[in-house]
Amino acid sequence: MRISQTSPEQVEVYRFNWLAAMLIPALAIFFQAFLPKFLPRLLIFDLPLLVTIYMGVTRRNPVSGLFTGCVIGLIQDSLTPNFPLGVFGIAKTVVGFGASSLGVKLDVENAASRFLVTYGFYLLHQFLYFSVQRGLVGQAMDWAWGHQLLAGLANAGLSVVLFAALDRFKRRN
Amino acid sequence: MENLLTRHRSLSVLAAVLFLQIFGLAVQVKRGNDAGQTRLIRIWSVAAITPVERAIVHVQGGLYGVWHNYLYLRGVRQENRDLKLEIERLRLEQVRLNQDASQARRLQALLGFKEQSIIQTLPAQVVGSSGSEQSRSVYLDKGENDGLKKDMAVITADGVVGKILQVYPHTAQVLLINDQTSGLGAIVERLRQQCIVKGSPAGETMLENIMADEDVQPGDSVITTGGDGIFPKGLPVGQVVKVSHSDLFLRIHMRPAADLSRLEEVLVITKLQEVAFPAGEVAGSQRAVDILAARLPGVPVKDVPMKDAKDGKQDAKEKTGTHTPETKPANPAALPNASAKPQVDVPLPTPKPPKNLKPAAASDPAGERTQ
Repeated sequence: MRISQTSPEQVEVYRFNWLAAMLIPALAIFFQAFLPKFLPRLLIFDLPLLVTIYMGVTRRNPVSGLFTGCVIGLIQDSLTPNFPLGVFGIAKTVVGFGASSLGVKLDVENAASRFLVTYGFYLLHQFLYFSVQRGLVGQAMDWAWGHQLLAGLANAGLSVVLFAALDRFKRRN
Repeated sequence: MENLLTRHRSLSVLAAVLFLQIFGLAVQVKRGNDAGQTRLIRIWSVAAITPVERAIVHVQGGLYGVWHNYLYLRGVRQENRDLKLEIERLRLEQVRLNQDASQARRLQALLGFKEQSIIQTLPAQVVGSSGSEQSRSVYLDKGENDGLKKDMAVITADGVVGKILQVYPHTAQVLLINDQTSGLGAIVERLRQQCIVKGSPAGETMLENIMADEDVQPGDSVITTGGDGIFPKGLPVGQVVKVSHSDLFLRIHMRPAADLSRLEEVLVITKLQEVAFPAGEVAGSQRAVDILAARLPGVPVKDVPMKDAKDGKQDAKEKTGTHTPETKPANPAALPNASAKPQVDVPLPTPKPPKNLKPAAASDPAGERTQ
């Protein structure tokens, strides 16, 4: 299974129409806030993060990727008023940038690469989130390796299904 | 320099965006999260999301109501019969509790107690959550326009839920007691040991500030102290489930009385009032010690003539060298168990009202005798 590209020219770049580009992140944030009311275990998933990664690796434009991550992260921050704005923002900005940059070098069209990429970015996101919370905000947070690794697997598994569903909305550039 | 920025355009943009966010974060941390006004982005986000959540929850509630109230009525007759029996049982229970309550009120008046009473509550429905594992908070379908204010207490019939953290015109955000940034003054009911209820990063509810030598046991009830001015005293907070020893303090896990993971309807306490029990409501010369004397286990009943009893009192005074209070209630009828006690003055232990009062009232055999 080939997951790397030899040159950026071989990579296909996609775009979304403006409605999809607005609605997909908005729905991800909405479901992230709404669904755990009925099933609290769903909090293990980070739908806005998955959408950030998907938008990044699909559009393959680092600047748009980082801005997408920044906006999604800040909106997520705004729903958690006991923490200052910017914690999710910083983490998702870096993830958006990283996913877009990686999308240029990797083929992220197949399920295996999507699983691995999401798993890696989930851990990076959590690491950044915890670092910012502890280092900048001064909030005591415990890093639970077992939980994070398991949550990473769950998110990576979901990403395979979710990305396949979102593929319907992308258009070749 | 310009060439360098152009060549690494995306990296430059990343650095700029990160710098702005870190700068903004530093400003917020410096000001304190509570000190600042509610940011516009928070208002916009909440205003965009909560109406949809509220609409879905109300539609879902409506459909559920139609199904359960009009269509799915299987077993309702049996349930009705069971409930009638339950009502009968509860009525009997209520008579007993009323007597206990009135006695407790008299004692509170005599001891000059002041307590906070819930005067007004507003029911609200939970419509959403923060959507983050690290922040345990929920959104309500009521807000500033319905009279909600910051720091109001939120409860259910089972116990404490949390307090209102942010209020928006049509919605409010509640910080749950299992959030790691929350803190609630509580006491372990059996030991009257003060502690702080806090959430852990994993969303567990913990009891803090209890020394390692305290005898906290799994199953102990935890209630509010009322000292924070938010929650009235005596509301159930939860139950101790696990106690482990660390260096100086106990590490205590608690199960919240209210099911915080499945909140549907909650009550917001919109008005609290401090009620002082005026002494005038109680019979004039009746004292707390008189009532306690009637309630506490006394000496075995003996048929002693009044004269002998007085002599006995004199002897007791001489032996102990202390003054024994007269324990003759001014209104014996007001004490349901007063007639069961002999009219004999005996030295009583100094009452510790809050500590001894409740167990005595809860497990009072004399109270049961009054039925």
